[in-house]
Amino acid sequence: MQYLPNILFAIALIAGISFFVMNIRKIFRNINLGKEINRTDNKPQRWKNMIKIALGQSKMVRRPVSGFLHIIVYVGFIIINIEVLEIIIDGLLGTHRIFQGFLGNAFYGFLIGTFEILAALVFVAVVLFWTRRNIANIKRFLSSEMKGWPKMDGNMILYFEMVLMTLFIVMNATDTTFQQAGIGNPISQFIAPLFDGFSAEAVHTIERTAWWIHILGILVFLNYLYYSKHLHILLAFPNTFFANLNPKGQFTNLESVTAEVKLMMDPDADPYATPAEGAEAEVPEKFGASDVIDLNKMQLLNAYTCTECGRCTSACPANLTGKKLSPRKIMMDTRDRLEEVGRNIDANGGTFKDDGKQLLNDYILPEELWACTSCNACVEECPVNIDPLSIIMDMRRYLVMEESAAPQELNAMMSNIENNGAPWQYNQQDRLNWAKED
Amino acid sequence: MNVPTMADMMAQGKQPEVLFWVGAAGSYDDRAKKISRAFVKILHHANVSFAVLGTEESSTGDAAKRAGNEFLFQMQAMMNIEVLNGYEVKKIVTCDPHSFNTLKNEYPSLGGKYEVFHHTQFIQDLISDGRLKIDESTLQGKRVTFHDPCYLGRGNDVYESPRDLIRRLGVNLTEMKRSKSTALCCGAGGAQMFKDAEKGDKEINVLRTEDALETKPDIIATGCPYCNTMMTDGIKFKEKEAEVVVKDIAELIAEANNL
Ligand code: SF4
Ligand code: SF4
Repeated sequence: MQYLPNILFAIALIAGISFFVMNIRKIFRNINLGKEINRTDNKPQRWKNMIKIALGQSKMVRRPVSGFLHIIVYVGFIIINIEVLEIIIDGLLGTHRIFQGFLGNAFYGFLIGTFEILAALVFVAVVLFWTRRNIANIKRFLSSEMKGWPKMDGNMILYFEMVLMTLFIVMNATDTTFQQAGIGNPISQFIAPLFDGFSAEAVHTIERTAWWIHILGILVFLNYLYYSKHLHILLAFPNTFFANLNPKGQFTNLESVTAEVKLMMDPDADPYATPAEGAEAEVPEKFGASDVIDLNKMQLLNAYTCTECGRCTSACPANLTGKKLSPRKIMMDTRDRLEEVGRNIDANGGTFKDDGKQLLNDYILPEELWACTSCNACVEECPVNIDPLSIIMDMRRYLVMEESAAPQELNAMMSNIENNGAPWQYNQQDRLNWAKED
Repeated sequence: MNVPTMADMMAQGKQPEVLFWVGAAGSYDDRAKKISRAFVKILHHANVSFAVLGTEESSTGDAAKRAGNEFLFQMQAMMNIEVLNGYEVKKIVTCDPHSFNTLKNEYPSLGGKYEVFHHTQFIQDLISDGRLKIDESTLQGKRVTFHDPCYLGRGNDVYESPRDLIRRLGVNLTEMKRSKSTALCCGAGGAQMFKDAEKGDKEINVLRTEDALETKPDIIATGCPYCNTMMTDGIKFKEKEAEVVVKDIAELIAEANNL
């Protein structure tokens, strides 16, 4: 019986972590539904970007208020993990504050003291975040895509953090021996007197309860990530590492198109030639994207990484002028559809069964896609280097090349280019007339 | 105005220092043609040997590509590349950030590798090589604000060249609240120039013009023919034509030097 807590702890830990690993594998599987894309060149630059942007939060501070608050929560999160490590060891071995012994009182006190201050700061930051989200009427939290689950998700994360931070402080405040030692309790010493009237027994029970809920809460929170925009705390790292390094104005040149154009322009090519003996009958390539599996792996990773912060949308000229387009919604739709496809695969024993739906039309409307000016403001703004524009462009390509569904005026523009070499209906022979006028 | 073509040059057995890529707007649009002419005046003034393709130039395909028509884009690109490579072009300068971006970034993998400059970069080089001087007295004291074109700024990280030139005009350069990497699009990019905007509550160019007007400018400087049109329309919409003019940086330099 003596080992019951240890055993229960081990079970909780293993269950929590296995469930998490299982879900993470699902995410990998889903991302791998996307097309291959090579983003492994220039490793030094990639490491630099990851360290600067994901670890160093360099793009967060472009908005000073939320940037500063975010850094507090982020640093708090990273550092408090050392405390979690101690909890895990204590839980498994049945020890208590094992680090205190071999780190020595002074250093241990310094560490825990720092954590307490951070915990308090995180608490304050999170309350401010909550206020911004729910009371301050900040436009980017009020968009239509932020109703329902996304709004609740945002708040849930904040509640989780408030509770976890509170538990941490309470756990320290009710640890009588820790309080008596007077090391590392800069915050909890002010909470401890609240329990003065309680029996020693009761205080100990509270301490144990707080300790247990704290660690179980962390395990639940870990598993909550999978369902939440909070996934960014992990995926921001690969996402910034594999992000596009080319100039933002440079769009991909579709290779499948190049092959066909070359064939069309080659006077010697025989368009009716049968494929060489033994060559596989080629699957006709789909140009552009109408569903998530037509996107590349990076675009799918982007979708899972999106924090739904809306910085992209609040910089988008189309959105600012009341058009339907919201780059954040593009990312959220992509993730929602990808998860739907993933559930479909799970339900059908590993293969996707046509559900008559796709990303285009069922989630993203052509009206949204055509409102984009390809200005790259969303890409520039994203704190974790997500590229909503590339998805918009791939879907436009599908609309134009597979469905010939461009707006009428664009069709006119394109036929002008084809016939006159200019988007307007002018004669190519007049192309130098500007030099003769004045 | 003397604007030699590559064909002329070739006939004389000459290779110009740089090819001036005029672009469709610069060739046909009445407002943008003035920018092309202003830039040619600068080239002449600085004794740059240049040539254009003239009737052999065709759309870069940029607008088609942003509209999603990769086929048409690559056909245009390959045709243009054939012509450019035929003339052994090495260096290209253009007043259009869309052509600039496409020629510089998207043509190489299709076989067209050139050194490509936006005209503000090229003029900046002329100045640092001592081939051109800007008269600081003509426009002195004017309040100028610069609207960053998306495909020059965010698209290719060129923020300083235009600003450097504006400062050399001896004017008072003021920045809009959204500038450089946070600049707002004029509304013309991504093939929007050629279609009506989707339903919304405002036109993008009007919003951008409001950004500019907040700085109380005498001149809104642009570095793109499409931005120029959009901002000019915005000024008309706001009925500010009497107080504010929209000018390309090339025009401002030509004006400052009385070219
Ligand atoms: S690129 Fe498109 S989606 Fe992104 S900010 Fe510009 S207009 Fe909006
Ligand atoms: S794409 Fe980036 S900027 Fe936009 S909501 Fe997601 S995380 Fe924020």
